[in-house]
Amino acid sequence: MKCVVCKGPAIIDIRRHNANFCTDHFLEQCRRQVAKAIDEFSMIEKDDRVLVAVSGGKDSLAVWDLLLDLGYQADGLYIGLGIGGYSDVSGTYARDFAEARGLTLLEVDLPGAFGYDIPTGARAARRAPCSACGLSKRHLFDAAALEGGYDVLVTGHNLDDEAAVLFGNTLHWHTEYLGRQLPVLPARDGFPRKVKPLVRLTEREMAAYCVVRGIDYLVEECPMAVGNRHLSYKAALNDIERSSPGAKHSFYFGFLDRAAVHFAPEAEADRTELGACRTCGAPTTAEVCAFCRLVERAGGSLPEAGTPTAVAVHLGPTRTRGTAEAETDAGDEAVVSAGSTR
Amino acid sequence: MHPGARRGLGPAIIDDVKVLLRNPRREVEVPGPITIVNLLARLDVNRESVLVIRGGELVPGDATLADDDSVEIRPVISGGA
Repeated sequence: MKCVVCKGPAIIDIRRHNANFCTDHFLEQCRRQVAKAIDEFSMIEKDDRVLVAVSGGKDSLAVWDLLLDLGYQADGLYIGLGIGGYSDVSGTYARDFAEARGLTLLEVDLPGAFGYDIPTGARAARRAPCSACGLSKRHLFDAAALEGGYDVLVTGHNLDDEAAVLFGNTLHWHTEYLGRQLPVLPARDGFPRKVKPLVRLTEREMAAYCVVRGIDYLVEECPMAVGNRHLSYKAALNDIERSSPGAKHSFYFGFLDRAAVHFAPEAEADRTELGACRTCGAPTTAEVCAFCRLVERAGGSLPEAGTPTAVAVHLGPTRTRGTAEAETDAGDEAVVSAGSTR
Repeated sequence: MHPGARRGLGPAIIDDVKVLLRNPRREVEVPGPITIVNLLARLDVNRESVLVIRGGELVPGDATLADDDSVEIRPVISGGA
């Protein structure tokens, strides 16, 4: 197997491009695809302050690494979700990555700051664990990004993630979500700009990127996610991809090019009906936002007013963050895509 | 019975390819030499969903594993929607 660029020994085949790559040209390919996504969808400006949501998994660490490599100023945000030993280990990977590179990592400890963990919250709210997790993370991502004065929040959603969410929303015709499943969600009152620079790269490529770059990441699956529908959609799409390379890319980018616009009016109508949460002030369609309702049902509590959502972990050369008034989001974006850090 | 024994060769003479699988973590042995493509087909693993790693490095699909190789088949699909 030879590299399509230099004819040297290849380390990976990417069948949807009908191409094999050596180490150097594979890394170049990853950087090029991220740069292309950022440019094509106007995701990030060169002088933007970037906050990357990191989970300790491959995608979030890879996107942080890639953004730094492309010259962006990017800090990390890790949320401890209280999923037993899994959260303990995932936090270690995030901190080790930041410490080794002298990066700033902000951290939120959900049980410590809000008095509940994901398993407890899911049971109390009678939500699926991934739903309670996504809801909590979206709220905290937004709050931390806005308080910290960041211009943009980056998540590690990749092509597989987006294709799987699109598959699920199409399978059940959740038209209210289809208009919002975009690589960029622009900033608006109470929401930071959110972008997904990995939409042109697959999970397999991101795992390979981490192996090649020597990035240690948490390989084990979240115990709360085992057996969920999202995984079964990914497996189904990969079965199709095996016999039809490029199918996932065509599905997702075809949707963006030719279909998403048809669902935009419905998504916009949802957004114009937002008010402020009575408890925390976050944008919501209800009197109390979904996050505050989850906290209440789980027996937790909101921190005192003025308490910063995320605090910097002292790993390396950190910078002081100002803390503005919290104006946060909660549940209005449920299911658009994962609240996942990937 | 050890696969090598089926071929009239004892396990002391021929080792099998040791394969580490994840989620759940387990180890299986497969007679070598065998290509990566054939290994994944034999284990009914979709190539789109995994990487094959040997000694911390990626192993390309057309590589052939020797009898005494040890590889990891690492899943790349993660959930959490």
